[in-house]
Amino acid sequence: MAEPLLSLDDLAVHFKIGNALGGGIKTLKAVDGVTLDVKPGECLGLVGESGCGKSTLALAIMGLLPPTRGTIGVDGQEISGSKAPDRMRMARTVQMVFQDPYASLNPRQTVRRTLADPLRLHGVRDKAEVEARVMDMMAKVGLRPEQADRYPHEFSGGQRQRIGIARALILKPKLVLCDEPVSALDVSIRAQIINLLLELKDELGLAYIMISHDLGVVEHVSDRVAVMYLGRIVEQGGWQEIFENPRHPYTRALIAAIPDPFHRAAISAKAKARGEIASALNPPPGCHFHPRCPLKADICVSQDPVLAAVAEGHRAACHFRDRVS
Amino acid sequence: MTGPLLKVDNLRISLAGDGATYSAVENVSFEIGRGEAFGLVGESGCGKSITALAVMGLLRRPLSLGGGRIVLDGKEIQDASAAEMRRLRGKRIAMIFQEPMTALNPLSPVGKQIAEMFVLHEGMGWNEAMDRAEDALRQVRVPSPERRIKDYPHQLSGGMRQRVMIAIALACGPDLLVADEPTTALDVTVQAEIIDLMAELCAAKGTAILMISHDLGLVANMCKRVAVMYAGRIVESQAAEAIFATPSHPYTRGLVDSLPRLGERSKRGRQRLREISGVVPSIAAYPAGCRFNPRCPSVTEVCREVVPEATPLPAEGLVRCHHHG
Ligand SMILES: Nc1ncnc2c1ncn2[C@@H]1O[C@H](COP(=O)(O)OP(=O)(O)OP(=O)(O)O)[C@@H](O)[C@H]1O
Ligand SMILES: Nc1ncnc2c1ncn2[C@@H]1O[C@H](COP(=O)(O)OP(=O)(O)OP(=O)(O)O)[C@@H](O)[C@H]1O
Ligand code: SF4
Ligand code: SF4
Ligand SMILES: [Mg+2]
Ligand SMILES: [Mg+2]
Repeated sequence: MAEPLLSLDDLAVHFKIGNALGGGIKTLKAVDGVTLDVKPGECLGLVGESGCGKSTLALAIMGLLPPTRGTIGVDGQEISGSKAPDRMRMARTVQMVFQDPYASLNPRQTVRRTLADPLRLHGVRDKAEVEARVMDMMAKVGLRPEQADRYPHEFSGGQRQRIGIARALILKPKLVLCDEPVSALDVSIRAQIINLLLELKDELGLAYIMISHDLGVVEHVSDRVAVMYLGRIVEQGGWQEIFENPRHPYTRALIAAIPDPFHRAAISAKAKARGEIASALNPPPGCHFHPRCPLKADICVSQDPVLAAVAEGHRAACHFRDRVS
Repeated sequence: MTGPLLKVDNLRISLAGDGATYSAVENVSFEIGRGEAFGLVGESGCGKSITALAVMGLLRRPLSLGGGRIVLDGKEIQDASAAEMRRLRGKRIAMIFQEPMTALNPLSPVGKQIAEMFVLHEGMGWNEAMDRAEDALRQVRVPSPERRIKDYPHQLSGGMRQRVMIAIALACGPDLLVADEPTTALDVTVQAEIIDLMAELCAAKGTAILMISHDLGLVANMCKRVAVMYAGRIVESQAAEAIFATPSHPYTRGLVDSLPRLGERSKRGRQRLREISGVVPSIAAYPAGCRFNPRCPSVTEVCREVVPEATPLPAEGLVRCHHHG
């Protein structure tokens, strides 16, 4: 088996929020004990409801948020330790497509500079080669050559999202963290981008973490899928296992709620989650999912279920993970 | 009063650049009745957001209104003064922006930003307004709203920010809600709730919605009528059920075909997603005749020379294509 490219061990990212005067300081456990591997050339889909900690997890891997606990290993390098990681090497290894394209682009840099600077910084000296690679990447994400000298605000939302994708791919990293990379794209360009990501995976052995609310996209691209709920992984397994044989009640609810794009008449009733959306500020004791769980029993309130195997490579954190349907 | 709530008539949006002026949008006309939800879809960069900004009176250089009329409730507003438009915005017309971070003030707690709407537009005192802000956050399903009102935008997840913006837009029960990709960052369960909330508002207060979205299923589900834009023009408009069941324009057909269908991969293995070949032309270089012609599978000589006129469709709606199906 190949060495993992990324390995997270018991990773936690907590935020202190509020102030001592108005209501007191609280700890928000955005990510709380995540253990996860991504192998070279593998695509891991990461799903879970809004606020469950997906972006925080990705930002921690990028070294943009300090872990509260646990370790992050990237390509054999420990980046969470006391020694500062080698930034240049990190940049060639991991890149990220940020959820909010506008906020993540430098408003005073043209597309050309946004894409050319990293190349030059990483030793591509030949002007013609820089230019050729910038143009090639722009074409691959469906931007036209004459748009190279424009600034981010001159683009539409979907165009900006593609600039973010081009920036993440330009150095041909080994791992790309994609945080809702196609949410602002129409279906045709979305298809083009997804096809591109899969091509690069085959050609260059690129690995991805794919964060998306669109489970159709996740099903299409993922080799394995991890499901997050309030900062923890509650289920993890091969894509087909997760979509066809989900074991955690939350995963089941998630999959049952997937709308058929053309027959949505019944979706809103079906999709409405039972009960309140969970609050990271106030997580329930025991299994975090218990207030909304149809299978809940006493043990669920008193004891945290651990992530344990239900089948080869398939794990679920539920006391009743073996109770099929 | 009878007549549509919003009438956009022959709208042109000019883009100044490189010593010349181009039409980024032209010949765009549509009407939205009171309490009606109207959908606008189309390729990334085709002009949906700037059309919405024109309605809101928010076009900024190098973009400007180049012609046409915008009639709100029988009154032309395209030449309204900045002060007049400010009064209309928030109270009578409100917008959910595509990128939350561009619309939220990073330096102000989100509760205050919502409460401000009640203070400015309903003359409420701050204390009462803050209570209303908390209710508004609860309505859009942000958990622990009593704590979240104190958070700054950067402390929220992407989906929470989007819901804060929805809360701001819905605060004063506007007559017209312009929703630009309102649910891109939301998972299906929350999305279903937000859509219900908007639909309730439509029914209870007669709010009309201009819904811009790449999610064809969402549009089909929510809107009565839909217009499809391509390269700055409306190429087809029809009843929502009809447009996806029997698309008339080759571009609309391409859109419907590029959707990844859930369950496909299990049945047939991973197929390459269908794309519409080629890229959208740039505003400065729109092709003569039908602007879709370089990418169209049904193109003939006439398409390259003559701009197709709007042709009424048998049931309802129109299409702009020389060889529509
Ligand atoms: N800088 C921060 N300070 C305080 N709290 C934060 C900060 N960043 C994130 N959080 C909180 O951490 C939790 C997880 O946020 P995160 O952005 O990771 O969610 P997410 O899963 O990406 O959600 P979404 O799908 O809405 O983008 C949320 O409750 C959020 O409010
Ligand atoms: N400030 C600006 N300066 C120059 N060009 C602009 C500006 N704003 C928008 N454009 C151009 O106008 C066209 C229409 O942009 P618009 O934002 O309306 O697209 P859109 O249909 O909303 O696309 P998306 O689905 O990607 O959000 C795009 O080609 C864009 O590049
Ligand atoms: S542990 Fe209990 S509450 Fe949690 S998911 Fe399993 S059955 Fe439901
Ligand atoms: S007018 Fe011609 S080029 Fe345009 S969509 Fe119709 S067939 Fe295609
Ligand atoms: Mg996020
Ligand atoms: Mg837009």
